[in-house]
Amino acid sequence: MTMVEAGFPVLSALIFLPLLAVVVLFFLRGDGVIRAFTLTVGFVEIALLWPLLGFDPALADFQFVEQKEWVAAWGMQYFLGVDGISILMVLLSVLLLPLCVLASWRYISSRVKEFHICLLLMTAACVGIFAALDFILFYIFWEAMLIPMFLLIAVWGGPERRYASLKFFLYTLAGSTLFLAAIIAFFVQTGTFSIPELMQHEYSFQFQFWAFLGMAIAFAIKVPMFPFHTWLPAAHVEAPTAGSVLLASVLLKMGTYGFLRFCLPLTPDASVYFAPLMIGLSIASILYGGFVALGQHDIKKLIAYSSVGHMGFVTLGIFVFTVRGVEGALMQMVNHGITTGALFLMVGALYERSHSRQIGDNLGLGRRLPAYMFFFGLFTLASFGFPGTNGFVSEALVLIGVFSVNTWAGALVIPGVLLAAAYMLRLFLKLAWGAPSSVSGWKDLNSREYIYLIPLALLVIYLGLAPGLALRVINPSIVQLLTPFEVQFVVKQSLEEPNPSAQKPEHRLRSTGSLAEEPQILEKNASPENPYSFSMGKNQLTLAEAAQGERP
Amino acid sequence: VNIAFRPELFIPEFFLLAILALLFIQTVAGKKWAAKVKWLPWAAVVGAVVAAVSLNLQGTIFYGAYQVDALSQFFKLAIAVGFAITCFNAVPRTSVPEENRADYFLFLGTSAFGLMLLSSSVELITIFLALEISSYSLYALIPQRGRDAAAAEAGIKYILFGAVVTALAMYGLSYILATQHTTYLAELATLSWSWADSPVAVVGLAMFMAAMLYKLALFPLHFWVPDVYQGASNETAAFAATLPKLGAVVVLVRLAVFLEPGLEVTTFLAVLAALSMTVGNLSALVQNDLKRMLGYSTVAHAGIIMLGVVSGTPEGMAAAIFYSFAYLLMNLTCFWVICRLSHDGRNLTYNDLNGLYRRSPGMAMTLAVAAFALVGLPPTAGFMGKLFLLNSAWAQGYQWLVIIAVLNTAIAIFYYLNMVRHAYTLEPEEGAEAAPVLKASGVAFGGVMAIALLWLGLAPATIFELARVAGQTLFP
Repeated sequence: MTMVEAGFPVLSALIFLPLLAVVVLFFLRGDGVIRAFTLTVGFVEIALLWPLLGFDPALADFQFVEQKEWVAAWGMQYFLGVDGISILMVLLSVLLLPLCVLASWRYISSRVKEFHICLLLMTAACVGIFAALDFILFYIFWEAMLIPMFLLIAVWGGPERRYASLKFFLYTLAGSTLFLAAIIAFFVQTGTFSIPELMQHEYSFQFQFWAFLGMAIAFAIKVPMFPFHTWLPAAHVEAPTAGSVLLASVLLKMGTYGFLRFCLPLTPDASVYFAPLMIGLSIASILYGGFVALGQHDIKKLIAYSSVGHMGFVTLGIFVFTVRGVEGALMQMVNHGITTGALFLMVGALYERSHSRQIGDNLGLGRRLPAYMFFFGLFTLASFGFPGTNGFVSEALVLIGVFSVNTWAGALVIPGVLLAAAYMLRLFLKLAWGAPSSVSGWKDLNSREYIYLIPLALLVIYLGLAPGLALRVINPSIVQLLTPFEVQFVVKQSLEEPNPSAQKPEHRLRSTGSLAEEPQILEKNASPENPYSFSMGKNQLTLAEAAQGERP
Repeated sequence: VNIAFRPELFIPEFFLLAILALLFIQTVAGKKWAAKVKWLPWAAVVGAVVAAVSLNLQGTIFYGAYQVDALSQFFKLAIAVGFAITCFNAVPRTSVPEENRADYFLFLGTSAFGLMLLSSSVELITIFLALEISSYSLYALIPQRGRDAAAAEAGIKYILFGAVVTALAMYGLSYILATQHTTYLAELATLSWSWADSPVAVVGLAMFMAAMLYKLALFPLHFWVPDVYQGASNETAAFAATLPKLGAVVVLVRLAVFLEPGLEVTTFLAVLAALSMTVGNLSALVQNDLKRMLGYSTVAHAGIIMLGVVSGTPEGMAAAIFYSFAYLLMNLTCFWVICRLSHDGRNLTYNDLNGLYRRSPGMAMTLAVAAFALVGLPPTAGFMGKLFLLNSAWAQGYQWLVIIAVLNTAIAIFYYLNMVRHAYTLEPEEGAEAAPVLKASGVAFGGVMAIALLWLGLAPATIFELARVAGQTLFP
C-alpha cells in the first residue's frame, strides 16, 4: 500500500496542541481566563485543520502519514495517517471542542480548570484514535480516552453520577480487555503492530473467528449495540452537556470505526460469517431503541435511546458489505454526531432555563422561545431523517444497501424509521405546543447559544442538500475496503450465477456463512470517478428501485 | 573463574556500605545524633547516580559466585532508586521514636544492601546468604511501629513464615546439590530439569524457588502479605511491598533459564501465576483497608510478573525485568500518597481519601495516575509493562494465561478505580477529623513520580532497552 507522507505534521499538531494547552492551563487562574483560553485553543485547533483540506479525495491510501520509531524492540511505531474513513471523524472531533467550551460557559461553575483539562484531553485522545495507524498507539488512545470521560461524568455529572460513571468505566474497560488479547495475537502472528501492514496478511479462518470475537465485543459495547447498551442511557443522563455531546458525537463512533478499520479488513471471512448475527443485533437495536425512546419522559434519556437506534443503522450498513451500505454507515456516523450532539446541546441550553430535563417541565416553548424551537425543530427533522436534512442521506443509503442484499431485513428496518419520526415528533410537539406552558421569564437563545448552534445547523442542511463532496472523500477508501469481499463475489458470480438478482433474496441471510457465497452483494457501478452527481430526487428514485429489488 | 577481587565492580555496594557505616556511627553516638537523618535521602540519591554510572560494569568476583553483568547492574540501579524514594518517604513521617531513627534506617539500608548482593549472586549458597541478609533486617523492621500490637503480630507472622520457607529452601538446596553436584547456576543451566531425568532435582528446585515465590508473594505463598502490610507502619510497608520483590524477580529470572516451556515446573508455575492473579484480585475487591488492598494487589502483580518468567525467552525475561521496575515505581507512588495523607501514621481506608481532590488536587492526580498504572491502563508504565509480558507469553503458546490475565484487568479495575472515585467524587464525612495540611514539597515529589510513570508509559524504549540487554545476558 502506498502512502502519502505529510509535509507539515498536521495530525501530530492536532494531537499535541491540546496536550500543550493542558500544561499551560495548569498555570492559569480565573475561570473566565481559563474558558477564554480553551476556546482560543479550540479555534486554533480548527485553524490547524487547514492543511487537511489538501486531502486528495481520489486516493484510497492513507494520507498525511507520519511514521517514527517508538519501541523498536517490539516493532511499535508512532504511526499516524488518515484516509476517507477517518478524516471526517477527525474533523468532527476537532469541531466539537469550541462548541463544548461554549456550551459549558455557564453550566459548569465548579472546578472549571479541571473540566477544561478533561475536554482538552478528550480532544487529543479522539483525534489520536481516528489517526492512529499503529495498533498499540490506537489502543493507548482508545483506553486513555476513558479517564477524562470518566471524570467528566463522575465529577460534573448529575445526582446519580457515581453509579453512571462506574458503570460506564467498567463496561467499556471490560469490553476492551479481550481486544488487547486480539491485538497481541495479531502481533505474534505477523510480527508487526502496523495496521496497514496487518491488512496485507492473510489469516486462517480459525484465527479470524476468535480475533473477530475479541474485537467485536469491545466495539459492540462502545457503539453500543443491543444488548450491550445499558451503560449508555445512564451515562448520558448523568453526564454534563459537554460530556453528553462528546459521548454521542465521538465516543460511540469509535465502536463503529473499529468495525470498519479492523474487523472488515483484518478478519473478512469472520466478518462475513458473523454478518447475520450482526445484522440481527443491528435491527434489534434499531427497533428496541425506538420503542424504548417512545416511552421516555426524560429528554436526555429519550435522545440516548434514539442513539441506540441510530447507531444500529451504522452497524447495519457496515455488515451488508455493499458500497452504498458502508457509505451510508459512515455518513450516518458523521450525521448522528452532528445531529445528536446538537440535540444534547439544546437540552443543555433548556436545562439552564428550566433546571429540569423532564418533558413535563418544559412544555409550550413555541411562543416564547421561537428561535430555540426553530433550531430544535431542524435537529428533530434531521434526527429522524427527513428529506433535505443530513439524516435522510445516510439512512437512505443504508436502506439502499440493505434492500439490495435482503428485502426482508430492509422491511424490518422500516418500522424503525417510522418509530424515530414518532418519538421525535412527540417530543417536539410537547416542547413546542404542550399546555400549560412552563415558561416563566425564560429568555430566548442568547448570542453564545447562536454561535454554537448555527455551525451545526448549517452542517445539517449542507450535508442534507449537497452530500456529494463528503461522499467523494469517503468513496475510494470504502471501495478499497470492500475489495476483498467484491473479489469473492465477482468470482463466484461469474462462475455460478449469470443473473443473480433473480434469486430469492430471503435465503441470503438464513444459512450462516452464505453471504460469502452470494453474488451481487456489491454494487458494480461504484466507480471512483464521480459517482455522486445525483440530486435528491434521483436518490429517492434509487431507494424506490432498490426496494423493488431492481438494480439502480 | 577470576580469583582476584576487583573493587571497581563493587562500587554501588561500597557506596551503600558507606551510608550504612555512617548510620551505624549515628546509632552508637547517642540520642542526639540518632534523630538527625535528614541527610540520608540525598545520600541515597547520590547512591542511585552511582548505580547508574556503573551500569556497564562487567566481570565476576568471589570465585565466580558473584557476577556483575547488565542484569545485576540494572537491578542495583532499580534498588538504589527504590531505596532513595523510600528514604524520602520515611524520613519525615517515620513512626519510630527519635532515638531509634538511625537504627530504623540502618536496618532499611541493610535490607537494600542484601538485595543488591542478591542481584549479583549466581551461586545457590550465595543467593541464600544474600537473601537472608535482606530478610533478617526486614524481620526487625516490621514490628517497629511504636507500641502497636498489630505490628508485633505482623512481625511474628513474617518471621515465622519466613523461617519455615528458609528451611524449605535449604532442604531444596540439599536435594539439588545431591543430584546435580554443583551449586553454580551456570553449570546447573546445562543440566536436565525434566521430571523424567531427575525427579529429586526438580523437587529441590521447586523448594528453592518457593523461597523466592514467598518473597514475591505468589499464590499460595501469599497469605502473609495482607497481615504484614496492615500491621507494619506505612513507610515500612512501602519498602516491604516493593524492593524485596525486585530481589525475588532477579533470582527467578536467573533460575528461569532452566525453565523451558513444556517442563512440568514451568506449567506448574504458569498455573500458579493464573491462580495468583485471580485470587489476588478477587480478595482485593472486598478490602477496605488500603494497605490490605495493596497487599492483595501485590499478589495479583506477582502472577503477572510470572508471565514473563514462564515464557523462558530473552523477551520474556526483559518484560519481567521491565515490569518489576514499573511495579516498583507505581507502588511507591501509591504508598507515597498514603504516607503523606496519614499524618499520624495510622492505616487509611477508602473513606480517608474522600474529598482528597479538594484538599490537594495534585495529590489526587498523583493517586489517580498510580491507580491507573496499577490497573495497567494506558498511557502509563503499567500498561507498557503488561503489554510486553502478554506479548512474550502469547508468543510461547500461553494463550490461556494471557486471556486470564486480561480478564483479570477487568476485575482489578474496580478496586483501583475505587480509590479514584473516593478521591474525586465523594465529600469527607460529617465529623471526620480535620484533613492534614500537605506540604508543597511532598505534593511536588508525588507529581514527579506520576510524571515518571506517564513517561515510562509513553516512551518506554530507553528503559526497555536496558531491560532487554539485561535479559539477553541470561542467554549467552
